[in-house]
Formats: sequence, structure tokens, C-alpha cells
Amino acid sequence: MSDAIIEVENLTIGFGEGKNRIAAVKGVDFTVTEGENFGLVGESGCGKSTILRALAGLNEDWSGRIRLCGRDMDKKRPRALRRLAQMVFQDPFGSLHPKHTVDRILSEPLEIHGMDDVEGRVRLALDQVQLEPVHRFRYPHQMSGGQRQRVAIARALILQPKVILLDEPTSALDVSIQAEVLNLLQDLGQQMGLTYVLVSHDLGVVAHMCRRLAIMRQGEIVETAMAEELERGKLVHPYSRQLLVASRGYDRNAIDAFLDH
Amino acid sequence: MDKSPLLEADRLNVSFHTPRGVVHAVRDVSFKMGREKLAIVGESGSGKTQAGRAILGLSDGRVSAKRLAFHGETLLGLDARAWRAIRGRRIAMVMQDPRYSLNPVMPVGEQLLEADRDRGSAKTARARALDMLASVRIRDPERVFRAWPHEMSGGMGQRVMIAMMLMAEPELLIADEPTSALDVTVRLQVLAILDNLVRTRDMGLIFISHDLNLVRTFCDRVLVMYAGQVLETLPAAELAAARHPYTQGLLACPPEIDHRRERLTVLRRDPQWLEPVAP
Repeated sequence: MSDAIIEVENLTIGFGEGKNRIAAVKGVDFTVTEGENFGLVGESGCGKSTILRALAGLNEDWSGRIRLCGRDMDKKRPRALRRLAQMVFQDPFGSLHPKHTVDRILSEPLEIHGMDDVEGRVRLALDQVQLEPVHRFRYPHQMSGGQRQRVAIARALILQPKVILLDEPTSALDVSIQAEVLNLLQDLGQQMGLTYVLVSHDLGVVAHMCRRLAIMRQGEIVETAMAEELERGKLVHPYSRQLLVASRGYDRNAIDAFLDH
Repeated sequence: MDKSPLLEADRLNVSFHTPRGVVHAVRDVSFKMGREKLAIVGESGSGKTQAGRAILGLSDGRVSAKRLAFHGETLLGLDARAWRAIRGRRIAMVMQDPRYSLNPVMPVGEQLLEADRDRGSAKTARARALDMLASVRIRDPERVFRAWPHEMSGGMGQRVMIAMMLMAEPELLIADEPTSALDVTVRLQVLAILDNLVRTRDMGLIFISHDLNLVRTFCDRVLVMYAGQVLETLPAAELAAARHPYTQGLLACPPEIDHRRERLTVLRRDPQWLEPVAP
């Protein structure tokens, strides 16, 4: 397909050396077309965030093939290509420098990448994430969790990436704030023609945001499904079915039937 | 027989005196509970955690109440000695984050045994600790017994916390977001353990959570808190028919798997909700 924006082939990622090496991702393949939001779902330790970090160029210890926008990515990624995919992290309390103002948080990536019109771009980014000009000279601790996550989204957008990698972007937020942030992400995606890869343990969030999703377990993709199939409960693999049942709430009888995967 | 409720709170208040004035974190919260699963739900800052801490005398703020009684005996103004007989023994608490609630310089096993002081021989205590670890679905209890807190994942740490609280076989367990750090399947398995205790050992459970969907399916009764007040109390099974617009709003916010929508509903906060609720 020519409109594939992300192509991943036989991606393998491990941690540690020699006999202590643990394979976190084991030969994963997937393709994401432009504008199609793709979800990676699974429980902690399944490798979903590890894939995201490799896509972002934050982990250089991988093998296989990663293509972004039709270009092969080397393990050492040059600065110009790092701009293509930007990441939004889970914890807005940990991912923003506590002693930098929002202004500095947003202008630093622009300076690193030698982009012009810092003033205009910072203002535009704040406007895009619906923050007020007064927020520009605040510190992260002077803002709420939802506002902080908006700053993190603005920081990702400011380099005009093609792909935004979202690692549990709303799991630290209250549901009412989650709804606002997810609506904002949807609007931005449409306005700016972005492609999202969303990592989450919350099937509801993934079903809402993504057109297609992959369910992962122990470093492997066990099933890929369309969001409509998830909505109609048409998952095939026993592990994905168990995940779906668990996501529906507390059901005594279902729990007794759970297998420890 | 003992006719007084397991726990009774009448106009419980918690306030904090800060340089910028008094912050009223819990305002006139009243409820009675027996051997049941009672949920306190609300968003961050609603006062649900502060209410839980105040019951156990762990609040850093100024606590007052018309009445706060456990088995008919007041919990207000107890001295340290009286608290030691209750806290961790008859009323126990599981906190949200195991990283901060386990002692980082003591192996897990020793911490479990500490919760089981003066209850028979060291050998039986150790066997009980291993049993408890197994009952919270820890696959290798022997290894975890010897492990240090930093060697465990968040989910494992949380299960250890629950095992520790169960060692004392409390009559009332206050669980503050005990499962929000856990994966969905493990979360439900841990809830099933708590459910068993309520059923088989007649334990009362106060389940503090922000997750209405979970509470709806797990608990018996729900107190909905906003800005320090209880806005409404209702049976969990009737949560979908909640009358208060705040409860309805919270229920409408999260995306649903079975029913996808173009846009998510956003909560519109009414300043009226901050006004004192008529008793």
C-alpha cells in the first residue's frame, strides 16, 4: 500500500545482556495507513509502550524494520526524522519539567530543531490545545492534570509531526477531563491530518479513538481487529475475549473462569 | 446481639488551615453502614480519600463530627493506645500506591508478620502469611515472602498490601483505590477476593473509587461525593437511574466499548452543586 505511514516488520526489542536478556517484543508486524488511528491494547508488560518508544526513536536497541512516511528508520535517528513522530506520555505530572514554564517547555523543541517564528508557533500551539495566553508563563504545578496534558499535547504538535504516539494519554485523569482531552485529540487529528498510535489498557478508550487495534500479550500481537468488531464483541482469541469481559465490569461468574495468561 | 451499626458517621467534617484560609475538604458527611460493600465515589479533590482517612484517625486536618462510632463506640478523641487496638486490627486500610505504603527497607514477609503480631507461633504465622499471599493470587508466595518491595511490580505490591491487611482479619476494611494500578483481569480477581471476605467473614468494606462503572457492578451501595459533600446515596444497582445531574454527568463521560459515539459527553459543572445539600 502506498499510503502506509507506519510500517513495522519483524520488530524485536529486548532488554538486558547475555543470558539475562528478556525479549519484550517478539517479531511484531503491523501497518498503519495515513489518518487511520491505530490502537495497541494489552496488560502491563505486554510490550505495547516498548513498541511506541521504538517508533518515537527513544529506544535504539531494536531489530527488524521500521518505516515512517515511506522512509526506513535507522537505529540512530537523525534530528530531522525525529520530528516525524512525537510522543505524549502517560503522566503529565512526570513528563513536564517542573522548573520550566509552559513557554520554555514549548519553545525548547523549536530551538533544538532550529525552527523560525518561535513566538508565533508557541501562541498557535497554546491556542490549538485550547489553553489561554495566561497559561504561557505558568509552571506545571500551577496547572490541573488536564491542563498539563494539554501542554504535553501542544509540545508534541509544535514540531508539526505526521504521527503522534499517545502512551496512555488519559489514564491519570478523571473521566470528565478524559472526555475533554479525547475530544480535543479527535478534533486536532482531523484538522491537522494527524495519524495517532494510541497505547492503552482501556478498551473503551481505544474503541472510541481508533479505527483498528491490535491486542498484545507477552510481546506478541495475538489479534488485530476493527473497532466495529470490538463493538459487536466479535473477538476471536481467548485472551482478547477475556480482556473484553474484564473491561465490562465486575462479574463474579466470569472471574472464576479467568485463566492466568 | 449487637444492634449498633458497624460504622456510623454523623456530620463528619475535615478542614485544613492553610496560609490562604480554611479549606473545607469534607463537609457534613453522614452515613451508616453494616456488613456490606459501600462505595464512596467522586473525582480527585472531592474529599473521598480525606473522609476515609478521617474515619481511621489518620487525617492531617482538623476532624470534627457530631458522631463517629464503630460498633457504637466513638472513634473521636481516642488516644494513641486506644487507636493501636483498633487500627490495623479491627479496621484496616489499603492505600492507593504500594510504592509509598510498604516499608522499602524491610522484606515483604517481615512486614506481613508484623501485621500478625501475638497470634500464635512464628511457624503458624509464616504459614498464614504464605496462605494470604497465595489467596491474593501471587504465584510464588515463597519468593515474594523473601522479596524486597522494590523488586515487585505495582500490581504485585498492591496484592501484598491487601494480603497484609487480611492477616489481621479486620471487621472493616477501608480500601482507597485499591485496584486502580492493576490490570483489568488482575483487578477483578483482587475484587473477587475482597468480595469473598465480605461474604464469608462478614467484613464491611468501604471502597473509595473514581470508577463508577466498576462500582456499579461491584458494590452494594454508593455515596457520590462532590466538593466535600455527599450529593446522593443510592443502591449500586440503581446507579444508572441516578437523579443528581453530577452523577448522571459522570456516568455519561467515559467511552463505551459496545456503544461508540462521535463525541464524548463533557461534564458541565453547576455552581449550585457547591451549595450545602439539605440533610
